[in-house]
Amino acid sequence: MIKFSEIKKSLWVSLWFMFLTFPVMVIRVNTIENVIEWRWENMIFIGVGSFLFSFVWRYLLKQKEYGLKRAEEGGDIRPSLAQRILRDRKIFAPALTVVGIFALLFPYVFSLYQTNIMISALIFVMLGLGLNIVVGLAGLLDLGYVAFYAVGAYAYALLNYHFGLSFWILLPVGGALGMLFGILLGFPVLRLRGDYLAIVTLGFGEIIRLILENWNEFSFGPSGISNIPRPSFFGMSLSVHDSTIFIYYIMIALCIFTIFVVNRLQDSRIGRAWIALREDEVACQAMGIDKAKTKLTAFALGATWAGMGGVMFAAKTTFVNPASFTIWESIIILCIVVLGGMGSVVGVIIGALILILLPEYLRAFSEYRMLMFGILLVVMMVFRPGGIVSDVRRIYKFEGSGGAGKDA
Amino acid sequence: MDYFLELFLGGLTRGSIYALIALGYTMVYGIIELINFAHGEIYMIGAFTALIVISVLTMMGMNTIAILVIAGFIAVIYSCAYGYTVEKIAYKPLRRAPRLSALISAIGMSLFLQNYVLLAQTSDFLPFPNLIPDFTFMEPYAHIISSAEVVILITTTIVMILLTVLIKFTKMGKAMRATSQDKDMARLVGIDVDRVISVTFVLGSATAAIGGVLIASHVGMINFYIGFIAGIKAFVAAVLGGIGSIPGAVLGSFVLGWTESFATGYVSSDYEDVFAFVFLVLILIFRPAGILGRTEKHTV
Repeated sequence: MIKFSEIKKSLWVSLWFMFLTFPVMVIRVNTIENVIEWRWENMIFIGVGSFLFSFVWRYLLKQKEYGLKRAEEGGDIRPSLAQRILRDRKIFAPALTVVGIFALLFPYVFSLYQTNIMISALIFVMLGLGLNIVVGLAGLLDLGYVAFYAVGAYAYALLNYHFGLSFWILLPVGGALGMLFGILLGFPVLRLRGDYLAIVTLGFGEIIRLILENWNEFSFGPSGISNIPRPSFFGMSLSVHDSTIFIYYIMIALCIFTIFVVNRLQDSRIGRAWIALREDEVACQAMGIDKAKTKLTAFALGATWAGMGGVMFAAKTTFVNPASFTIWESIIILCIVVLGGMGSVVGVIIGALILILLPEYLRAFSEYRMLMFGILLVVMMVFRPGGIVSDVRRIYKFEGSGGAGKDA
Repeated sequence: MDYFLELFLGGLTRGSIYALIALGYTMVYGIIELINFAHGEIYMIGAFTALIVISVLTMMGMNTIAILVIAGFIAVIYSCAYGYTVEKIAYKPLRRAPRLSALISAIGMSLFLQNYVLLAQTSDFLPFPNLIPDFTFMEPYAHIISSAEVVILITTTIVMILLTVLIKFTKMGKAMRATSQDKDMARLVGIDVDRVISVTFVLGSATAAIGGVLIASHVGMINFYIGFIAGIKAFVAAVLGGIGSIPGAVLGSFVLGWTESFATGYVSSDYEDVFAFVFLVLILIFRPAGILGRTEKHTV
């Protein structure tokens, strides 16, 4: 039963929020026509909503504390449902086959419009996996990731415009330029820790966008570059319909390649070094890991995927302008990584598909998209910092003769 | 020479506004080592609340000075309430979590508050009435400094002095300094750390709200996005001066204000925001602790 004191507490919460949201939610001023609009119904929604929500909030907090206490007492942490599915080959292998067949047949089953949406989702899968290297594995919060995406997109657009180079040459070039910029940004921020890094990378992203917007001779300013060619198929140019399907398959191939590389990286020497760096910088250095090199490779490799994603984006939309590369894109990519689970490849893929596809199909709620992303970031951090599919920590158990110490 | 003086005073005004916002960043950082990304949004909400109150009161037909005082007062109260609530929801449950989590939560809060105002009010720029009257005795100097700028400078100075007194000489200030040095030790000697943190957020929000009302009536336009850029720049100022240090935040704000003012006056106004960021990157490379900051030692 819900106790009386709980109800009283929630009542106070609801009153507090009614007070808090009163000016912004209830009154709307039209300063041009000098009319005030009173929206009392909003106050009722807020009151009832926060009353109910405060119960949920307290319940979840209690659950979390209970979980933490159990973990502290040394009880086995039960792997979540998602982790158990991933570990069980009997479920995992057939599921992978089904997903693979679905992905291959997608453009023939669904319309061109759906295929286009899927291409954007796949671009974000790639960006998410790239950022996952920087944020998830190496623990460096990069808020200017979109800058590398812009570098890739503009690399394709400008080099094609001036020199007529083709998509296939520029795809690796875009990746390489992304990597170069990653290193360029990496150098000055090597000495910085978490929070400073976030701000400097954010600043870097904004600098790139402002330069693209203001330097008209170089980037054609806010109007951008249009008529970027789509990729050709062995020298043949394709119709819009065919080339969309072609881009879709290129994206699938690139995603598989990304997943393969990220998976291999994770278990490599450098991947272990990233994880060590994320856990503790000082301890990591004491273990003889070169901090500068580790950070730079994280930035460079993360940026490479963004560069290639940018080339794909330019090829898909055939038009680039600075408005596509605002700080909010960086934050959406960050949301993907956080929601999916920092450090977990499967999680990031699921996160990207959810965050990009859901808003597309829930057009009616599109205004609320960023609001929801904000709530999502806070709620995930408070209640489930590991994300949907949290990264499984490797645990080595000593299974020798009995009597071995419990504390490893 | 007049142009130089105009830019100098313009930079000073700009700097004092940044200082009012930067104080909140630096105080919060000093105590819980978190960049409160939502701080710029608190400033924006302060300005919006003031605008709403002003519009309602103007239609009721009050005189200007009374409106200014009431609107400022209500804006400060609401900003404090928002600052307090944001801390309780997004940061308090994360006290013991890794710093990255708290930072992401702060970004989420900032995103939420922006869109909350966007959806509940409007995305357009709203005209903000100029409430500060033109003083007659200021007329001979009107070509270099406006009355509004004088009011901003005076208000900022008063707020700074009050804040310094509060932190240096009151019991709460002592508790704040103790908490920022060592939270666990502070708790051991009987300081209610949660309360100190709440008070810090409330104080920071109050100064941000004052800044919000002043700048809004000086510039004459507000929308839901003003908090973001102002917040970032104020943060740059705080880092420049040495984050965690209150005189540092003020000094850093003035340096940033002058840099921007002179750079846009003599070089180009297209890249106004770029200067701040380039400046930030340079400081962090050459003097990561800031002008007045101490270098910390990091242990495992």
